[in-house]
Amino acid sequence: MSPVQQSVLAAGEASEHRPLIISLFAVFVVATLVITVWAGRQTKSAADFYAGGRQFSAFQNGLAVSGDYMSAASFLGIAGAIALFGYDGFLYSIGFLVAWLVALLLVAEPLRNSGRYTMGDVLAYRMRQRPVRTAAGTSTIVVSIFYLLAQMAGAGVLVSLLLGITSDAGKVAIVALVGVLMIVYVSIGGMKGTTWVQMVKAVLLISGTILITFLVLLKFNFNISDLLGTAAERSGKGDAFLEPGLQYGATGTSKLDFISLGIALVLGTAGLPHILIRFYTVPTAQAARKSVIWAIGIIGGFYLMTIALGFGAAALIDQKEITDSNPSGNTAAPLLALHIGGVDSAWGAVLLATISAVAFATILAVVAGLTLASSSSFAHDIYANVIRKGKATEKEEMKAVRWATVLIGVVSIALGALARDLNVAGLVALAFAVAASANLPTILYSLFWKRFTTQGALWSIYGGLIVAVGLVLFSPVVSGDPKAMFPDVDFHWFPLKNPGIISIPFGFLMGWLGTVLSKEEPDTGKYAELEVRSLTGTGAH
Amino acid sequence: MATDAPPPSKTEPHSPSTEEFVEVQQSAEFGELRRAHRSFAFPLTVGFITWYLLYVLLSNYAGGFMGTKLFGHINVAFVFGIAQFVTTFLIAWWYARYSSANLDPKGEAIKSRMEGGA
Repeated sequence: MSPVQQSVLAAGEASEHRPLIISLFAVFVVATLVITVWAGRQTKSAADFYAGGRQFSAFQNGLAVSGDYMSAASFLGIAGAIALFGYDGFLYSIGFLVAWLVALLLVAEPLRNSGRYTMGDVLAYRMRQRPVRTAAGTSTIVVSIFYLLAQMAGAGVLVSLLLGITSDAGKVAIVALVGVLMIVYVSIGGMKGTTWVQMVKAVLLISGTILITFLVLLKFNFNISDLLGTAAERSGKGDAFLEPGLQYGATGTSKLDFISLGIALVLGTAGLPHILIRFYTVPTAQAARKSVIWAIGIIGGFYLMTIALGFGAAALIDQKEITDSNPSGNTAAPLLALHIGGVDSAWGAVLLATISAVAFATILAVVAGLTLASSSSFAHDIYANVIRKGKATEKEEMKAVRWATVLIGVVSIALGALARDLNVAGLVALAFAVAASANLPTILYSLFWKRFTTQGALWSIYGGLIVAVGLVLFSPVVSGDPKAMFPDVDFHWFPLKNPGIISIPFGFLMGWLGTVLSKEEPDTGKYAELEVRSLTGTGAH
Repeated sequence: MATDAPPPSKTEPHSPSTEEFVEVQQSAEFGELRRAHRSFAFPLTVGFITWYLLYVLLSNYAGGFMGTKLFGHINVAFVFGIAQFVTTFLIAWWYARYSSANLDPKGEAIKSRMEGGA
């Protein structure tokens, strides 16, 4: 194979691969639309729409959970971060994986047993319904919209790059296309359609990753040490490339930032609403447990393979070619596919198109899950239980959830289009931080602390939410940094990019303080119901 | 695990009242189930979070140690990272085994008794 100098994926030069990439995108879109229509026909009751009829098997849900969780940030982001920063990129994936143990040991089963459709069901179980539902709905929608925005903007960047689209109108059109597709998936297919889309995506993503990993390892005769050594040498950074510190080790502040990120990642997963509602799609708590175990196996295997992808990209491609294509390394994985197949060969083009289509599928499946979580919470928590005080009929609620889907879709398209040139990748980490600060403390206190009261729930949700979002607003993520969302202004005073180290303890503290300072007595009868039900499944839906 | 449970009947299961829930919550049998869950899950959660934080802190502040080469280009940091994967898989497997042996039978027994209305 001849050495390659040119930047293959630079805008415009990808045009020769365009027809193939577009065809594969189109095949995936058509296939998922067929699934959606089929699922829509079987979606009649509220339990069908919100929870896919609760008839998925543990393995199916484990696949769908993986499909919901492995976002473009983990596929493209981690591979890219490893390709550019070596070992530090790998640190992310560990936090993302270990986090699942919190969900497994403390959250998945009790949630399945005591809730119906949303995270708010569990948070409000023994509390005054309206204020707690409002808080849970607010935090669900905030977390999901942040996450959604990052995915939409990522889709715009990625697809424009892969198809060689540089015009503003083209990027807006892609964001709009993603938005329209997710509205269609969710409003027609509900949870059943979304679950199947996520399962298909998980299978595609895992197969694509196995293929590229195999080809990379084959090139190095399955000698991992050789792969790492070549990557270190080619990166120009030597042994430092294989050690922690290239991305986060520069200063005391950046080290603190890394600790903050690490805590947010490990505690955030079990508070992400779009993940939590997946546990309602299986018939029992035992099945929810098994689906988490499947997910841990699938996601863990996937992250192990991203090591080969990231270091493989570093070993086989010039650093300059990676950063020329995308400064954050987000196209390292598709580039690797092209190089491993042979830059001027048809096989290289096929691999590039396949991995690009997989990345596109990844984004679509994740945005569908996020849209479903936020529209479900809007319809079930806010519309049915707060606005209509629990008196809405199932039919009215189903109408509300479809309208909420359209509304959230349109808002995301508008925000995604506006944010298309902003650096919004940091929003995913922020979503994890908010989930860990506002949702996780409330979930854990609700399930395990007898004395916890409505006031405690409200203080921890709003306290965690406001502090997490507030600190980010005044952090280098938003202003005062060349990589900020608004690089030209500077109103930052909080030094860290991730608020977790402050906002997570604050969320826990507020839940405790709100409870001990509250005048109301906890509802002991309701807690008895929740506790017995969450551990035994008595009366579970 | 429902060996002793009656076959699922076509009729709706009994919905226990709040009093029944309170009574069960205070029973020794339920106390045993709660203890079996908490005494496993809580210390293990503290354990794996500590283990993970140790890894984060070493990555941050013990660069020299983490960079020590073990064989070829494989260093301590790499092995430590892989070890986090391995412990995660092992804990998941351990919990699955523990819960199906120690939690599920107790939970099922309480559930079938309560929903049977006895």
